[in-house]
Amino acid sequence: MTSRRTWGKTTVGVLLTAIMLFPVYWMLNVSLTRDQDMRKSPPDLFPVHGTLAGYRTVLDEQLPYLGTSLVIGLGTVALTVALSAPAGYALAKLRPRGGGALSFLLLAAQMIPGIIMAMGFYAIYLQLGLLQSVPGLIVADSTLAVPFAVLIFTAFMSGIPGEMLQAARTDGAGPVRTFWSIVLPMSRNAVVTVSLFAFLWSWSDFVFAGTLVNGGAHEPITLGIYHYIGNNNQEWNAIMATAVVASLPAAVILVLAQRYVAAGVTAGAVKD
Amino acid sequence: MKQTVHPPEHRSVRLRNGAAHAAPPPARTTERRRPVSPQWAAWAFLTPVTLYLALFYAYPLYRNLDLSLRNYTVRSFVQGDAPFTGLENYRKVFDDPTFAPALLHTVVFTGVCLAFQYAIGLALAVFFNQHFRLSATLRALFLVPWLLPLIVSASTWSWMLNSDSGIVNAALHALGLDPVNWLTSPSWSLTSVIIANIWIGVPFNLVVLYSGLQSIPSGLYEAAALDGAGAWRRFWSITFPLLRPVSAITLLLGLVYTLKVFDIIWIMTKGGPADASTTFATWSYQLGFGNLLPAFGPGAAVGNLLVVAALAFGLLYMRVQRKQAYS
Repeated sequence: MTSRRTWGKTTVGVLLTAIMLFPVYWMLNVSLTRDQDMRKSPPDLFPVHGTLAGYRTVLDEQLPYLGTSLVIGLGTVALTVALSAPAGYALAKLRPRGGGALSFLLLAAQMIPGIIMAMGFYAIYLQLGLLQSVPGLIVADSTLAVPFAVLIFTAFMSGIPGEMLQAARTDGAGPVRTFWSIVLPMSRNAVVTVSLFAFLWSWSDFVFAGTLVNGGAHEPITLGIYHYIGNNNQEWNAIMATAVVASLPAAVILVLAQRYVAAGVTAGAVKD
Repeated sequence: MKQTVHPPEHRSVRLRNGAAHAAPPPARTTERRRPVSPQWAAWAFLTPVTLYLALFYAYPLYRNLDLSLRNYTVRSFVQGDAPFTGLENYRKVFDDPTFAPALLHTVVFTGVCLAFQYAIGLALAVFFNQHFRLSATLRALFLVPWLLPLIVSASTWSWMLNSDSGIVNAALHALGLDPVNWLTSPSWSLTSVIIANIWIGVPFNLVVLYSGLQSIPSGLYEAAALDGAGAWRRFWSITFPLLRPVSAITLLLGLVYTLKVFDIIWIMTKGGPADASTTFATWSYQLGFGNLLPAFGPGAAVGNLLVVAALAFGLLYMRVQRKQAYS
């Protein structure tokens, strides 16, 4: 009786998930559709005449974009962790005067709309000659992640027992040594969470890429897709194939690191 | 639009207590007895991020404010000698015929998206809270729309909503309904971007509300069930009231982040046709970058109005969160 009830719920759950993920399925389906079937009415619900032509186009045309996105993503991760892990340590354990104000500013910084930041960066980069440069975009993309990262590190490092740090101090370790040899290794989970989000956000960034490196020699994959659409391209299988490839990091992260994602989204949203 | 909930404010409250002189929580007493670390060490660790905040948040914001107070042309933008014109750009923006529609669309877009994201997210959270087979796996799959790059979601929806070859119109046809020009008709484009944005926002609401549900003691439900309360009654008398703090946080944060949605609208409709789906975010970008002759000043002015709105609601969010952390 009970088991039949839960199976009923499982069926409803599967149906709901299927509805929710239909657009994702549709993206896959269109990416495998032949050009001549693209305008068919009604469209084929399954890729019966599947073709990999779209993916071949991706391999031919989009690899440099993917490479750029990878470099930008890794650069953003490195910059974000390097800036925010020490800050989180200080805020959590060293009780700086004015630390509360800094936390507040970080929270407020996260509320600023991306396009406003983009406009400011544009004006500054124009003067500095940093437009259409990869390092410039890395710095801009890191603004998406740094405030969040500091908060995650602060929250996580607050949980490290003070006795541990005191023991290190007794053994003669200074703050830097303590941070490097004890706090950072113990914060591995926080580093993973922060890295995942920093990578995902910079990989997905469209606003900064569109304003700061549009038309440059190195453009990320989001612009690769955007140019495809913008050129009134009718090869929707190639567009959707690129979209599928661009979604791969998200898929990999969801499969391999789902618990970090859920932890990042809710990061203590709820009082325990 | 990507969003996360911040770690609870009580941690930084605790920090503030440490720095000031409020009573420390009992668990921290041992730590408080040790000599306070030298301030220079603390600030040495904070210097990079402080400089970073100043250089890459404060300065771009300042530049934006400066842009909005001067009469910039392309030439003076490069040379930086634009004349100061005070609030002229703001007056221009208020008098612009796009102002009223953009304001209306921003309010409608934000309000409708929030209402649906929250309602759907809550319904799903309650459903998934029942612990059936596969529930954890399915809940994880619901995260997918949230994790996808916005350009991927936006272009997929564009093609699904395509007037001639889209699956949505094909489905309408199968039901015997007339096709809709989702993206190309002024009366439907705002609805289209709202639908796509709701789809993207549901997972966030689901995850946060689900974790809120987990903290409601199950004994309450058992007692209510013994007293003969049905599922509907239990939801309205237990779940909903006890979830109020989490709901407030979710909605306020959603509000701040929905206000600044840009990617989805820009990629799907560019705010068109004929400004039918223009919000403050896309209008600001349109003014600054969307034309051959950029209007940096008015663009920055619109952007700053958006900053003020986002910060106002953002501060409200922080207040609510802090109040909850104290209680």
